[in-house]
Formats: sequence, C-alpha cells, structure tokens
Amino acid sequence: MDAKRYELNVQLAQMLKGGVIMDVTNVEQAKIAEEAGAVAVMALERVPADIRRDGGVARMSDPAMIAEIKKAVSIPVMAKVRIGHFVEAQIIEALKIDYIDESEVLTPADEECHIDKTKFAIPFVCGARNLGEALRRIAEGAAMIRTKGEAGTGNVVEAVRHMRTMNREIRQLVAMPVEEVTGFAKANGIPYELALKVRELGRLPVVNFAAGGIATPADAALMMQLGCDGVFVGSGIFKSATPAVRARAIVKATAYFNDPAKILEASMGLGEAMPGLEISAIPKEQLLAGRGW
Amino acid sequence: MIGVLDLQGDVFEHLDHMERLGIAVRPVKQAEDFEGLAGLILPGGESTCLARLLSVFDIDKVIIRKFHEGVKLWGTCAGAILLAKSLTREAPHLGLIDIEVERNGFGSQLDSFASEASIPRLSQTPIPLTFIRAPKILSAGKGVDVLLRMGDFIAAAESPGVLVTIFHPELTPSLAFHRYFARKCGLRPGGEETAIDPSWDKTSWMRLARITPMERRSAEPLAKVLPQEMDHENPEGI
Repeated sequence: MDAKRYELNVQLAQMLKGGVIMDVTNVEQAKIAEEAGAVAVMALERVPADIRRDGGVARMSDPAMIAEIKKAVSIPVMAKVRIGHFVEAQIIEALKIDYIDESEVLTPADEECHIDKTKFAIPFVCGARNLGEALRRIAEGAAMIRTKGEAGTGNVVEAVRHMRTMNREIRQLVAMPVEEVTGFAKANGIPYELALKVRELGRLPVVNFAAGGIATPADAALMMQLGCDGVFVGSGIFKSATPAVRARAIVKATAYFNDPAKILEASMGLGEAMPGLEISAIPKEQLLAGRGW
Repeated sequence: MIGVLDLQGDVFEHLDHMERLGIAVRPVKQAEDFEGLAGLILPGGESTCLARLLSVFDIDKVIIRKFHEGVKLWGTCAGAILLAKSLTREAPHLGLIDIEVERNGFGSQLDSFASEASIPRLSQTPIPLTFIRAPKILSAGKGVDVLLRMGDFIAAAESPGVLVTIFHPELTPSLAFHRYFARKCGLRPGGEETAIDPSWDKTSWMRLARITPMERRSAEPLAKVLPQEMDHENPEGI
C-alpha cells in the first residue's frame, strides 16, 4: 500500500467518527442497522455471543453472505478475518468491501504474527488493549484501532479498562521528558517514532473506536466520554429484545454523548438488553481479548 | 461565525480549516447553536446516519428555516447528498439545491482516490481533491453554477445560497474552498491567498480531539500552532 492509499484509508475512518458500527449476520439485519443510522456494518456469520456459546474454531464468514450484505446496503461494509490469516484478508480484499477487521473474536490463525497490512490496499482495523498494542498494529499498517473489550459478553468493563489504559499511557507519554521516551517505548513494545508522534498529538495517530461489551446507549456514551471517536456494537443489538429500537437509541446516544437529557431520552423503554456475562465467571482460556499481542 | 453540523462525521477537520482563516467557528448540535451563524457546513460522514439524526431531532427544519433567512450552506460529500434536491435511488433529504446525486458513485473504499484540478474562480494554482467513497453529481438544474466538472460527473457546484462539493477540501492542505465559502457568507477570511497552508498536516484536526472531552475543550489554540498573523481582535474581519 503506498502512502497515499494509507492516507485515504485513515481518512475513511475519520468519516466514521461519532458513529456506530453494528455487527449484522444477514441482509435483514443489515437493513435494520442502516435504517437506524449505523455508519457501517460488520458482516459476519455469528455474533460474538454465539461464537462464544458454540465454541470450536471461528473463521472468516462465507464471502457469498458478505457479498449479499454489500449489495443490500449503501453504507460501508466491514468483515472479520482471523489474526495472522493473510489469505482470508486477500479473499476479503478481492471481494472489494470497505474495511477488514483483523479480529480476536475469530480463532487466531497465527500466534506469533499479525497480518502485514502494508501489503494490502484495503484498510484494516485492529483491536488493542493498551497503547503498545495499538501502536504495534499501526506500525503493521492498521488504519484504525478499536479497543478489544471482551466481545459477546454485554459487559462493558473490559472496554473501559482498555480505553482507560490507553488514555493513561498517552497522558504519561505527553507529560514525559523526551529522554524518557526511549525507555517507555522499549518497556511497552512501542515503535519509538510512533511514541514521539503520540506524545506530540496527545492521542492515537489514527481514529480509535471502542468495542467489546457495549450493550446500551449509556455504555456507548460512556465510551465516547472516555475519549474514543465512535463505537462498535456487536452482539448488543441483535441479541436484545428490540434490535431496531435499541440500534436507533445507541446511534442517538453516541451523537449526543455529552448531553445527559438526550441520553436519558434514548435510554427509555428499550426492553431487555442482551443477557450479560460476568468476566470473572468466564474460564480464562475462553477470554477473547488475550488473543493477539 | 460559521457553524459545522456536529452530529457525525469529519467535524473537527472543518473547524480546523476555518480557524486557519481566522474565522470564528462553532460545532452545531441543536437549534440554539444556530444563533448568529452566517453559514453552516454539513460535513462528510454517512448521509443515512446524518439524515436520521437531522430528522429525529428536528434539526432539518431549523436548517431549512435558516436557509430561507439567508444562512449560507456548504455540504461536502455526505453533506452534498443531504442538500441535493434529487437522489437517484431514494427520496431527497433537505432538497435545497437543484442537483441530482448518485450515492457511492465510484464504488467501494478501494475506489477512493486523490486528484487535483484547476478552478480559476477559487485559486490561481491547482487545488488538491480527496474523494472518499464519494457520490457523483449527475446533473445541475437552472440557477446552479458548475464550479468543477470531471469527465461524466460534476464535482462542485453552487447556487446563490448553497455550495456543494463531492470531495473533501478539509482533508487537504488547501484552504481555497473554505476561503470561498467564508466570502460567500459575507465574511472576510484572513491569511495569504496561498494555494496550500504549509503548516497543515493530516493530523492537524487532532488538536481538537485529544483523549478526553475535557482536553478537547482546552486543546491548544491554533494561534500557538500557526505562526502566521491573524487579527484576533476582529477574527471575522467585519
């Protein structure tokens, strides 16, 4: 990918700011998401809550299903590939959708290497739990970052932890004399040049969305107030009692994240949210956020 | 004062560009924010999302009323879709300029591109153009001036009250369109009439989007970022 292509890919993410990206598993859901005001849809066969329930190996979705969704909506379409599975990424690129998510929600294909995203023209978004992880993905060519959170739980606690961790590390970098940056970068596995860039900008150098466990309008506004640029909602919409109503409410609360009266209005009468999972009740080997590094 | 519709999309990028011209700007989220505006920018973003938020919060009605009271409008990309009188595959939204627009006129993100063009009315030198999943303007009606035609489509056009561009000047170092719109609003933009602002880079908007909302509000003022002279006593040059 040449520098200009990368810039265009970062700029598409800029257009998504302040918006909600929704997981959808078929054309009908994609249309509900678009009508509700989603800025993009993530096309996948099973939402994370079902992947978690079913176990086994989770792979890239059937491209025919992704193609159908692409045909059904006018908003950008994203799809997930396994961490390190660059051939799944080649297939999705050939499908000409808008964004690839190299995602820990699917079973990793490579425990050592993430995809060399600089080899692709299509943009990538990648998950991160902290600043070092985010910047390593950016160094590999990611054009957008999202917190990992803990997908499929309906529990926002991990997304909050990851966002606060990134923010804390950014603040530390900003306050640090420049001679300390080398050591900080080394300790956190951060490419030095990117550490300097973050120190200058006071934020990640690409758009950063929150993801993983967002289930209510309040969750979305919470993540926005913590400083992310937009949100992904996975299982939270189509595992709830009233998906269309909830989708619209989360879009409103994300746009007006700083306005408690509007968030209140958006939160009323939504019916049952998706059932939530306590993180400590999940066996360690089933936690998704630890996949990738 | 110029407002930037702040519901979703690339709001900070437009705010940053206007501040570079010494123009007072304000993000616009609700009816009260329209007070005292000479112009409003409808930024890039997703038009379906913006259209939905405009209508559920009744902001579309305010924009139409303000337009009839003389507030100038500029839509970039999604903003141009919202302002068009006719869309190829769906009902129009604000319908304030007589153009026909086709959404996603070029294809997917892989078809996004950068280019440049000469628009003598705006600038002596070529203007860089960035198209992100851009729409195409297929035709323009009576009373609409075509500012830039490229092959089989129109890329920029204007009527007395509305400017539309299917590309994103706010994603480039050129201030030409922002200067042009400020003048259309009756304001006097400052700075030199250069083609390119050399102090701009692709992360410039980030000074307005630091990690917490509190820091966003106290982001470093542009005066410190930009060495060039600006009349702070009279930022709008009125």
